[in-house]
Amino acid sequence: MRYERPQTITDATALLAGAAGNAHVLAGGTDLLVRMQNDDFDAGLVVDIKAIGGMCEIVESDNAFTIGAAVPCAALSEHAALVAAWPGIVEAANLIGSTQIQSRCTVAGNLCNASPAADSVPAMVAAGAQARIVGPDGTRMVAVEDIPQGPGKTSLEKGELIEAIVLTKPGPRSGDAYLRFIPRTEMDIAVVGVGVWLALDESGLVQEARVALGAVGPKVVLAQDAAAAIVGTPLDDAALDALAAACSAACNPIDDKRGTVTFRKQVAGVLARRAARIAHERAGVRQ
Amino acid sequence: MSSIAVSTTINGDDVEYLCQADETLLDVLRNRLGLMGAKEGCGTGDCGACSTIMDGRVVCSCLVLGAEAEGRSIETIEGMANGNELHPLQSKFIEHAALQCGICTPGFLMAAKALLDVKPDPTEKDIRFWLAGNLCRCTGYDKIVRAVQDAAQEMKGARA
Ligand code: FES
Ligand code: FES
Repeated sequence: MRYERPQTITDATALLAGAAGNAHVLAGGTDLLVRMQNDDFDAGLVVDIKAIGGMCEIVESDNAFTIGAAVPCAALSEHAALVAAWPGIVEAANLIGSTQIQSRCTVAGNLCNASPAADSVPAMVAAGAQARIVGPDGTRMVAVEDIPQGPGKTSLEKGELIEAIVLTKPGPRSGDAYLRFIPRTEMDIAVVGVGVWLALDESGLVQEARVALGAVGPKVVLAQDAAAAIVGTPLDDAALDALAAACSAACNPIDDKRGTVTFRKQVAGVLARRAARIAHERAGVRQ
Repeated sequence: MSSIAVSTTINGDDVEYLCQADETLLDVLRNRLGLMGAKEGCGTGDCGACSTIMDGRVVCSCLVLGAEAEGRSIETIEGMANGNELHPLQSKFIEHAALQCGICTPGFLMAAKALLDVKPDPTEKDIRFWLAGNLCRCTGYDKIVRAVQDAAQEMKGARA
């Protein structure tokens, strides 16, 4: 294994693009270093991105938050304006691992690790988060849902890395929420995770919504039918029933020791209802 | 494989060492610097026995590369006592018999110190959630939680 700590993103992409064999980006290392313990795993080139300017910072502008790719999840909950704007994303990010893991793990890493059960990913997808990707050919913005392609696989090309996750500031009467099911009270892998974002019109009806499901398929699911089921409604019981049914239908899960197909489908509906209620409540108090 | 030269700060002292690219901070502390307080329980971030504080945040040193310590500030259990004077957390762990075999103890102490650094007056729930990444096979956790609560009280009294 070779370790490099470039000072600029241009150097980082050049290193990644020029790697002959395996190449990995090191941000918090909470997945990569665990894999490195396995003797069969050859990390190849490891590019530590933490010396690159801005990577460890959350920048707030008039209309967005830019979360550097190496910002630890613990820092999200310490950023009062971010917590106020996107409580669902912060709560999801803070569900990952122990205090020690929180000190290092990142949302960009959670996304690039491409586990179907990643907690922060459905929350980011529901929020319409974008990833700023830098590569040898320049910079591109990509919707978070277009990055995971299946377990451990992303749409990033050779030489590319995520520089930051960009969240636009939420509009009035909008709110987000993320809930997951685990069999314990903490520190476990989601059996199902659901992120909901919604915005209300002036009369209090749901005007827009995004619903994302985790751990119910090989990658995060943006459940468009589920969102459509609540748009135009006051989020009454009938709308919540339709939301739950659409979420269950959008699942394509596997049976494993953590949950059966039937269970996961059912729970996706239940969690979607609850998360939608929380998002709705948050939207109701945001002017 | 060529070695990487690292300059860092450990328990307030400037330290320089050479390490391999794939060597963890835990291995550097134990095998190169003779700081044997941090323990390897799992090597995969699950047990917290290797907990150290890096730039104010508690981390698993088994999930940090030695090379990553460049320019950072590391606190280990060896720096906790002030000479012969134990830190209140250390005294309270002894007083409450919050350790048996002691393998987990340096990790618990570092994690508890990081908690009290940011939250001097934690509730029992705060303590239990904060320490959930530290495993102990001996004590049943209760005495550890009491010791942390008691140390927080004492430290609060000392500041008043
Ligand atoms: S040895 Fe590092 S967490 Fe167990
Ligand atoms: S005292 Fe033995 S593991 Fe905690």
